[in-house]
This record gives sequence, structure tokens and C-alpha cells, in this order.
Amino acid sequence: MSTANAITSPVEEVIPDKTDRFSFVDYIGPIIVFVAFIAVWYLLSSVVLPEQKRFLLPTPHKVLTDGFFVWHSGERRGLQPILLSLWDSAKIALIGLSITIVVGMSLAVLMSSSRWLERATWPYLVAIQSAPVLALTPLIRALIDGTRTQRLLVVVLIAMFPIVSNTLFGLLSADKSQHELFTLQGASKWTRLVKLQFPAALPNIFVGLRISAGLAVIGAVVGDFYFRQGGVVGIGAQIDVYRNRLWGAELIAAIILASTLGLVVFLFFGWVSRRAIGKWHITTRGH
Amino acid sequence: MNDAPASSSALLSFNNVSMTFDEGTKALDNVSFSINAGEFVTVVGPSGCGKSTLLRIASNLEANTGGTCAIDRNSIGYVFQDATLMPWRTVARNVELIAELHKLPKSERQRLAAEAIELVGLNGFEEKYPRQLSGGMRMRASLARSLVMKPKVFLFDEPFGALDEITRERLNDELLRLFQHEGFAGLFITHSITESVYMSTKVLVMSSRPGKIIASFDVPFAYPRNHDLRYEPEFGELCGKISHALRGAHE
Repeated sequence: MSTANAITSPVEEVIPDKTDRFSFVDYIGPIIVFVAFIAVWYLLSSVVLPEQKRFLLPTPHKVLTDGFFVWHSGERRGLQPILLSLWDSAKIALIGLSITIVVGMSLAVLMSSSRWLERATWPYLVAIQSAPVLALTPLIRALIDGTRTQRLLVVVLIAMFPIVSNTLFGLLSADKSQHELFTLQGASKWTRLVKLQFPAALPNIFVGLRISAGLAVIGAVVGDFYFRQGGVVGIGAQIDVYRNRLWGAELIAAIILASTLGLVVFLFFGWVSRRAIGKWHITTRGH
Repeated sequence: MNDAPASSSALLSFNNVSMTFDEGTKALDNVSFSINAGEFVTVVGPSGCGKSTLLRIASNLEANTGGTCAIDRNSIGYVFQDATLMPWRTVARNVELIAELHKLPKSERQRLAAEAIELVGLNGFEEKYPRQLSGGMRMRASLARSLVMKPKVFLFDEPFGALDEITRERLNDELLRLFQHEGFAGLFITHSITESVYMSTKVLVMSSRPGKIIASFDVPFAYPRNHDLRYEPEFGELCGKISHALRGAHE
């Protein structure tokens, strides 16, 4: 091809990228909510709760001094034992989440390629999603040996649904004409999956990942309550001990750290999502 | 059906093609025409008359229920109503897609894509994502993607229908330049009479369902055509005749 016949450059405007700018509004909101949260907390622990019940909710500064600023005291008090058990739960949550991602996404791929399989599996996935998994603890204990495996199973059962449903929805979201483009070139099922359906599904997959990641943390913490042998291992078990012994400051500190783990995981997947698809995928707020 | 073209010069021919959909709708009735190399044929007709079905049969996206359609299916370019770009690919990677599906080596498809991008005037925009482009530029990228494999027959399914008038006219000119430069045979579907006359060597008028060819007009104007042609009396006269035939088609 010669360039002599090349067409003149288009004059149409390129749509400019919205630049990320520092916005005060983005920060003032969380700060206001945080201040309000602390204020309500003080109000609850020093005014609303009757005197003899205030040990249930120590004031924020007491939680800081007794829960966070003590490294290690006595048998189980202090930040170090909390962090150790948190680390154990984090490992369970992450391993469980990895299993969920592999199994859930494979299942979604199979379901997307076979309507029969989709129909056959869907009701049971919904059932697992809504079943009170923890009510099954005796059964899980009877069927599976080892608390670690039991805890992993709880994580997988609780975190599975959002991955499967969002991945499936995403895989089925490619346009008809995009599919036809592939049909016209005689593309195989595999090529279609890899070059069309999977990339088209990425925005949905990341939504599912963020939800499942949060649920995996919940699953790990809650699973600790029910599946443990001997000493304290996970953060859930640690929380249970503090609760039984009415160690308010440690209890609140442990709960805050467990929530922080959930938050960190959530933010991490948000960051991965922006790195992976931020360039081409934009979310809109409608104005 | 996938027969070899009947005569050596016809790149695409419909012989008594009929199409009845499963649910019983008769979309096409006994349609016959052929397109030779160097011809640009446009089909105009009321919405839902089965114009697009012609393209879908030619490209084997649908199988006709009667008659035969002869075309070399390995050498078809298909341009959809929307640009159908993959939003996760840059312009360059989008243009490479068809070559990629045909398993061309990377360096080869990059070279072909670069040529096609040059040809549609998108150079400088190779690394942009579709969402950063205007509608007209997306259509150019879509054209470039089909040009990469240098098809002998190009099927256009109302490609410029969603664009504004100015952009549409500009793309008309550019497509005509590509038509002359690449020498493909074109089958173009549109609602616009002006567009049909401006682009084509021949305009076919289709009736509403079931779609039949009810009139055929040869367009005498020589290429390259200038956009002022649209305001020549002969041009207007031909448009008037086609409009008249279309009015019949609606009845």
C-alpha cells in the first residue's frame, strides 16, 4: 500500500481523559464519619451504658492503651497475641480465597459453555449461598479431619457464590456482534473464551473478587469460633476468649484489627482492578 | 450453501435466494443479483425488509432456506452497524485482531495493522483505547480491522447509520477512496438514498417483508466522486427515482 492514497487525518476530537485530581471532597467525607464514629463511641461508653456495664465497651483511649499499646502481657493479652492470631486467620482467608477463585472461575467457565450445566448447578449454588453454613458445623466436623481443612471449607463455602455469579455474568456479557466477528473468522470455543469472553468479563470478575475477598475474611474469622482444637489459633478464637473473659479493651482491639484485615483485602483488590482494567473500563456515576 | 462463484468475474452472486426464519417469518423471497470485481452495490429498503439478512447469508452467519449464494468465504470483510471494537484493546491491537484470529505471526500482523491504520488515517492514535475515540474514529478503526486481510468482497451493514451527517459524508469519501485503492467489491446496506447513490455503481431497492428486489438503478457517475456531486441535478434526479421506487416498496 502506498501512502499517497492515504486518507487525510481525521479532524474529529479525541475524547480527553479525565485527569485524576486531588479533591478535598474525597477526603473530608471519611474524616467527618470517623469523627462522628468516635463521638458516638464515647457517648455509648461513658454516658449511655449503665455504670456497671461499661466494661463491655471501654472508651477509645482505653482500647488504645490496653489493647494496642501493650505488646504482650500475661497469657494472652496485648497486641502481639492478637497479631499472631490475625496472621493465622489471614492465611486461612487467603488460601481459602485462592481455592475459591480457581474452583469458582472454572465452574463459571463450564457453566457459560453449557446451558445444561448452568441450569443444573445454579439452584444449588444459590442454596449454598443462603444456607447457614455454620449450622452445618457438626456435619463438617464429622466428615473432615483437621481444623485447618474445616476452616478452609467454611471460607470456600461462604466466598464461592459472588465469584461464580459475577464471572458467569461477565462471560455472557459480550455483544452479539462481537461474537459474530469471531464466528466469521471461524474462531474456536477456546479462542473465543480467551480473546473475547474472558477480557469482557474482567470488570465483573473484579467486582466478584472484592465481594468474595471480604466474605473470605468473615468466613475465616467466624470459622475460628467453631473449629479449633486446643489452644487459640485464629483471631476468631482469640475474640471468643476475650469475650468469655470480658476483656473489653482487647476484645475491641481484636475486632478492629479483624475488620482492618477485611478492609485491606478489599482495598487491595480495588487497586489490582484499577491496575488491570482501569485504562479501558470506566465506571460512571450518572452525571 | 457455499458454492464457488458461477462466472469468473462475479465475486458474489445470489441466485433465487429465499429465507424463512424458524418462527415462520419470510425475510427474503427469490433474490437474485451478482457483484463483480470493481462494483459497489448498495441495497436500500424499509427497515426490517431483510437487507441485513442478505449480508448474514453471504457471510454464512445465517443459512438461506432457498436458492444459492456463491461467494469466496475466505475473503470477506464484514463491517457491522457498530464498530464492535474490543474496549480492552488499543486501536493497534484491535486492528490486529482478525489477523490474529487467522494466526498470522506477530510481526506480520503488526506490519499489516500499521498499514491499515495509515490507510484510514488513524496514525497517531494507535495506543488509544476505543473509549477515548469519537464515533467516527471508532468506525475507521473497525474499517482498518477488516482491511488488514485484504478481502475481495466487503459487506457493510449500515456502518455509518449512527454517525452525524458531516462525519458520515467524510467517511463516505474515505470509504470510496479505499474502494478505488483496494479494488474490492462492495455490498453496502443503508437507509439513506443520498448515501446509496453517492457510494455505488448500482443501487438496488428492496420491498418490505418478504424482501424482494423491486428496482435496480445503475449510477453513471465516474469515480473519484466529489462531495459536490450531491448537489448536481442528475444526482438529485436519480435520488428522486429511487425515492419513488422506495415509496412503492413501503406499500
